[in-house]
Amino acid sequence: MKYDAVIGMEVHVELSTRSKMFCGCRVDFGGEPNTRCCPVCTGMPGSLPSVNRRAVEFMLKAALALNCKINYENYFHRKNYYYPDLPKNFQTSQYDSPIGYNGYLEINSGGKTKKIAILRVHMEEDTGKLLHVEGGKSLVDYNRSGTPLMEIVTRVPAPEGYDIIENAEEAREYVQRLRQLLVYLKISDCRMEEGSMRCEPNISVRPAGSDRLGTKTELKNLNSFRVVHLATDYEIKRQIACLEEGEKIVQETRRWDDARDETTIMRTKESAQEYRYFPEPDLVPIRLSEEYVEEVRSQIPELPIPKRDRFVKDYSLPLTDAEVLVDDPSLADFFDRTAAMVKNPKAAANWIMTELLKLVNESGRPLAECGIKPEDVKAVLELMDSGKINRNAAKQVFAEMFATGKAAEAIVKEKGLEQVSDTSSIEECVDRILAANPKEVQRFRDGEAKLMGFFTGQVMREMKGKANPAVVGKILKEKLG
Amino acid sequence: MELYELTAHELAELIRTRKASAAEIARSFAGRIAEKEDAVKAYITVTEDKMLQAAEETDRLAAAGELLPPLAGVPCAVKDNMSTAGVRTTAASRILENYVPVYNATAVEKLEENLIPMTGKANLDEFAMGSSCENSAFFPTRNPWDLSRVPGGSSGGSAAAVAADECAFALGSDTGGSIRQPASFCGIVGVKPTYGRVSRYGLLAFASSLDQIGPMTKDVEDAALALNVICGRDVMDSTSLSAEAPDFTKALTTEIKGMKIAVPREFMEKGIAEDTKGAVLAAMKHYEELGAVVEYVSMPNVGYGLPVYYIIAPAECSSNLARYDGVKYGHRSPLSRDTFSMYKKSRTEGFGPEVKQRIMIGTYALSAGYYDAYYLKAQKVRTLVKNDFEKIFSEYDVIISPTAPDTAFGIGEQTDDPYTMKLADICTIPANLAGIPAMSLPCGFDGKGLPIGLQIMAPALGEEVMLRAAYAFEQTSDFRKKPAFPGGNK
Repeated sequence: MKYDAVIGMEVHVELSTRSKMFCGCRVDFGGEPNTRCCPVCTGMPGSLPSVNRRAVEFMLKAALALNCKINYENYFHRKNYYYPDLPKNFQTSQYDSPIGYNGYLEINSGGKTKKIAILRVHMEEDTGKLLHVEGGKSLVDYNRSGTPLMEIVTRVPAPEGYDIIENAEEAREYVQRLRQLLVYLKISDCRMEEGSMRCEPNISVRPAGSDRLGTKTELKNLNSFRVVHLATDYEIKRQIACLEEGEKIVQETRRWDDARDETTIMRTKESAQEYRYFPEPDLVPIRLSEEYVEEVRSQIPELPIPKRDRFVKDYSLPLTDAEVLVDDPSLADFFDRTAAMVKNPKAAANWIMTELLKLVNESGRPLAECGIKPEDVKAVLELMDSGKINRNAAKQVFAEMFATGKAAEAIVKEKGLEQVSDTSSIEECVDRILAANPKEVQRFRDGEAKLMGFFTGQVMREMKGKANPAVVGKILKEKLG
Repeated sequence: MELYELTAHELAELIRTRKASAAEIARSFAGRIAEKEDAVKAYITVTEDKMLQAAEETDRLAAAGELLPPLAGVPCAVKDNMSTAGVRTTAASRILENYVPVYNATAVEKLEENLIPMTGKANLDEFAMGSSCENSAFFPTRNPWDLSRVPGGSSGGSAAAVAADECAFALGSDTGGSIRQPASFCGIVGVKPTYGRVSRYGLLAFASSLDQIGPMTKDVEDAALALNVICGRDVMDSTSLSAEAPDFTKALTTEIKGMKIAVPREFMEKGIAEDTKGAVLAAMKHYEELGAVVEYVSMPNVGYGLPVYYIIAPAECSSNLARYDGVKYGHRSPLSRDTFSMYKKSRTEGFGPEVKQRIMIGTYALSAGYYDAYYLKAQKVRTLVKNDFEKIFSEYDVIISPTAPDTAFGIGEQTDDPYTMKLADICTIPANLAGIPAMSLPCGFDGKGLPIGLQIMAPALGEEVMLRAAYAFEQTSDFRKKPAFPGGNK
């Protein structure tokens, strides 16, 4: 039998605001335990929350960028449950009035565009962390407690005109696109390995064509895109295998075991959790004026998909190149600024995707910290275009610029890399090479055309790579022809 | 006349005119506490050293020629459900018996900014749940008018401390009448300001949407002065109001000619003791003689106040008190074996029966399947009660009623009868539900010589007209008396 998978995705993102959701404590990863907390985020008796306006702005921005409808008046609820990392034993969270609802995110699937329906974008606070130490003891670190957390949930089933995530590839694509969007909005660093972006797919399968949803399982602790893909894929296959065997799927939470490459049971959901939600009486509703919402909307930068389409249209780039360039906002911006000042944006794109990215990756630093500027790419491309240096020399020059910050012209001079296009000296060299290799000359003349490469290489080597390859080729053809 | 017998404004005047030092005043109160505390038991913690130090600091600043705030050097008791940095804060609960906060409640911070020395932390019903102070986990406080009777509650310690001259004034908190009813029982003035007038930051929450801090004083002028200290917007409390707090002493005139006063019939009907009713009727007549227009009105939904309150308050309390779990502070049961047993045993040992009952009622009311029928419905009825008040206040300046159905009852007399005890709040609860200001001031004595309180309610942010109505009554009547201590006051 054939099966369809139905995948819902719940993503939690820690916002990169300076302070926490309901108090002034600093938000930062790590740090000595319990050094970034106060009476509010440790739930001291009598303390009260006050909403971080910046966090509201960030979440509104995300909701707008995800094409959501906005609740102009939204409020918080208390989600009551006991856990030692939750100091008040309730989490202040949005419930029936999320800041944004009914949106979508565009993803690529096998060359097609899918609009993944989004149910809600809501605000809440993160919990502290438990540290289990020797002797069966547990310690609590409240540094993370109260960090602004945004929850983005997809809508299953999707309404008319929208799609759901249907396979592991799409699941990975969805979280990658989401991450890209949030990084563009500069509202989260979305580091999955540090837990600032946490993806929890819930998965069910059903006979192909059926419109009844199967029993779902939820996956947790997926700390990379790769694992989102692997675990989702594994889980779909596991469920199908279960059904084929005539077994029932049990509603449960499973985690990915990286060592064994499989999902394992974390806990079974015996019954629906009782959270006793009720409106948070310590906070007043958040009222967003239309002017404010529009102001925040106007602050949204050009997003990856429109940017990609613009690159294709304005700079005649292939779609795949544009995808590579927009992946990271600082790279896209770098290209954008370079393209604006050069004659051939496509050549600039190639240079950036090959030479620049190689050097950036080798340096291990983010592009913004590398010191290299769009003007540097322009300078190298111009030296190449004008025939002053050849491509190999250009690579050397660019690497040197990247490492030292020196000007291109200065490096060319210093290293003597200027390309020789002067016909007489190239002719002299060609004559010498042909004279020294009479057998090869004979073989070439007998029809072994590929020996042209051999002669070119010899000349280039003799001239220390500085000869203009086009001129070398022309002269060789004349002499051998 | 001893210093401790004076009102706050009289003491302030002595300090301002250098006729008494803050240290002398503090020592006078320390002596009074030493003398009376064994009988009254108003305090859970007496902070004598801290009070004397603060008083000396005030004197130093005065000697240096600094301009002092109006109540500088006037000692104040603080209900033990307000967070005081470095001073044990118990909420009269075993679960916080040894809890010492790291921070001050905003109201306490304001006392310190105003150089007001703190006498100590006053007793209360555990987590402010009760109307008699008998629910304190430590000991009941006694009514200075009759030591065999309760001082009311939950701010019973604060009320008794004021009535027994063990402080010049006190801070209490009022969720359903917890300032006004003990003020009434102890023959003093107690004000519950408009919800949001005083920051709740640092007040150990019972029911967040109802709790409000307010002053308990010897007269109306003291109440106005104390309100000047504690009112105002606080960024730490999102529900605190942005409205500028006026100088409340400016409202204190006896001119109330033409003031329109409403008396809801529903507050004068069943369950109100004859002497109490008589005192309120006399007060109505008194107001008429002062030139006010006094009329009976009807508030059809006010009777739902009590049931609505007993859904909303426990619901909020069940969530607010969840944090007392043995993890971070307060009592952790030595019998804890794992997380769950730590929660269960710490809370079982730490909370008293009244608190447990309310947590259970509230947990039930918020549970899936019951939420709509209880909590949501209660919130809707709460809106009806609010609307009743709005309708009356569109035509009247203030509403008067008895503060409590009867005068102070005997210790142990009603502990087996929780329902009657809860009826003690029937007149006071509606103001909390509506978020409006309300106060109690003495308006007579019953046949046993126990004080009777008159409640005055005003529209939201209407403290000034409320204080004027109270001041006019107080200044033209003679009900402000001191208890004659059984066993000899002097």
